[in-house]
Amino acid sequence: MTLLQVENLTVEFPSRRGTLTAIEDVCLTVAPGEILGMVGESGAGKSMTGAAIIGLIEPPGRIARGEIRLEGERIDNLDREAMRRVRGRRIGAIFQDPLTSLNPVLTVGEQLIETIQTHLKLSRSAARERAIDWLRRVGIPAPEKRVDTYPHQYSGGMRQRVVIALALCAEPRLIIADEPTTALDVSVQAQIIALLRKLCKETGASVILVTHDMGVIAETADRVAVMYAGRVIEVGTVADVLRAPRHPYTAGLMASIPRIGEKPDILPQIDGSMPRLNARPDGCAFNPRCPKRMDICTRLRPELTPDAHGDVACHLFSKEPAT
Amino acid sequence: MLGFLIRRIIQSVIVMLAVALIAFMMFRFMGDPVNSMVPEHATEQERAEVRERLGLDQPLFVQYGRFIARAATGDFGLSWRNARPVSTLLAERFPATAELVLVAAVLSLVVGIPLGIYTALRPHSFNAQTLQFLSLVGISLPTFVTGILLILVFSVWLGWLPSFGRGEVIDIGWWSTGFLTASGLKALILPSIMLCLFQLTLLMRLVRAEMMEVLRTDYIKFAKARGLSDRAINFRHALRNTLIPVITIFGLQLGGLIAFAIITETVFQWPGMGALFIQAVNFGDVPVMAAYLVLVSFIFVVINTSVDLLYASIDPRLRVDDAGPAGGGH
Repeated sequence: MTLLQVENLTVEFPSRRGTLTAIEDVCLTVAPGEILGMVGESGAGKSMTGAAIIGLIEPPGRIARGEIRLEGERIDNLDREAMRRVRGRRIGAIFQDPLTSLNPVLTVGEQLIETIQTHLKLSRSAARERAIDWLRRVGIPAPEKRVDTYPHQYSGGMRQRVVIALALCAEPRLIIADEPTTALDVSVQAQIIALLRKLCKETGASVILVTHDMGVIAETADRVAVMYAGRVIEVGTVADVLRAPRHPYTAGLMASIPRIGEKPDILPQIDGSMPRLNARPDGCAFNPRCPKRMDICTRLRPELTPDAHGDVACHLFSKEPAT
Repeated sequence: MLGFLIRRIIQSVIVMLAVALIAFMMFRFMGDPVNSMVPEHATEQERAEVRERLGLDQPLFVQYGRFIARAATGDFGLSWRNARPVSTLLAERFPATAELVLVAAVLSLVVGIPLGIYTALRPHSFNAQTLQFLSLVGISLPTFVTGILLILVFSVWLGWLPSFGRGEVIDIGWWSTGFLTASGLKALILPSIMLCLFQLTLLMRLVRAEMMEVLRTDYIKFAKARGLSDRAINFRHALRNTLIPVITIFGLQLGGLIAFAIITETVFQWPGMGALFIQAVNFGDVPVMAAYLVLVSFIFVVINTSVDLLYASIDPRLRVDDAGPAGGGH
């Protein structure tokens, strides 16, 4: 059974100049214990998809269409209080910047204990034990002492470990990690990713890993979803998508990763830029930049269609002959 | 913490010495005080005697030194108006001002902060918008106008509350309090409302702005993502961070309350230090003015130092020397 199933998820922002569609008809599935990588340019809708899944879209944004099912149960239409109990307990989240994710005026222990007691029926001393235990599990030295210190007394990498402990301490089934290493030193990034992977293995949690970093995806994820202009355009196993990308956008993305040893005069890039929310072209949103554009691409939006190597939304791979 | 405290105390002493210098210089600018103390037809001999008795024949820095030494023991000399010790005059008037300022400060806190929180949490509600609008009125209307309006409505039209004075007071040692009699409490209502109105609206607007800012931070977003209750997020996480800057402003404004009390006391004929100061200004009673200046500055300095200390107890990042095991490598 799938753990998470997202179907045709559409998030809209009503504004004075009409409705902006941030993400449109996003479909995703996450299996238990699986790590799904999510890549794409800034503004492609990766973080918005994550926010929609944990029910934290900033108003006036709203889910206009689609369903989100967690362990078979719909969670996109839960009331505030019921959704609050899902967050932290069944879906955890880790955000980009560990330096600002922790409340500066509360000790690390207070923040952990509070989170644990919100979701689990534990006495304060039991919750404290659990908090110390989690600090130990995320690799904080001398957790009995560090539990009573404040976030500013931790380094960036250590703080991200605390953030991971906070996200995992009620043992949610799914973690949404939104660029968990972007703000960290390169030397610390690998440690944090390895830690996240290890802990999810131990607890059996699945992860949606949102990132720009193809290297992180290649090392960590089982499958990868590529987003462009608010839609998922290609999904498949990491091996398939990274080695043999099919959507021209994914192919361009892969081609623009510089390789060690080569010194090209000009770094390869995809010409143009992603269209703004209010200026998406008809048909395939990528068509103005696509090197393999066909007639149909400007008229008909390609849907995500499965085949032997995963799903891709591109007319080049449509089964029906283009008309 | 001790080093911090000592540093702050040294700074405070320097500030007080500077204020004392200004207060002392006032005597110089007011012309020769002897003129107003001796009869018009006094001889040069008599003038010199008075001068000598007041110590005015000494060099300037000696006079300043004496002024400081005596001020430190609370001795500001005699009032030129009624020849009573200035310290006695101030001590008589101090409780009235202190009680007025205290009530106004408490009022502005217990009303202003909750209103600020409310308007921050429900920024688009009708009530919040109305409060925002009213607060603009409160912040821009001169206090003497509100005072006079209050008198007009509650004393003249409705006749509910007295328009002047302190009502009956009870003496406890040298302190006279209006808190223990019904008329004393009634007399406090209008002046304290007038005095607190500006602070109250300022606090409300400040708390609102700060809290809305805090509610947008990443740690609030992360707290929400952990499924914490609204109460925990708003009060445990957001409010504490909101209050850090609010405390500073409130501390500064507390001094402002004492200063504004001059106007309130004049409007309500409140027998406090502010009214005494206004009388002193009218009469050119420099010892009283100087003592008032020094005393108010002293209160300012004490408040600001306490605010800094309070700050450290709320914001752990400012507690420098109890950092504990620093590991992790910054």
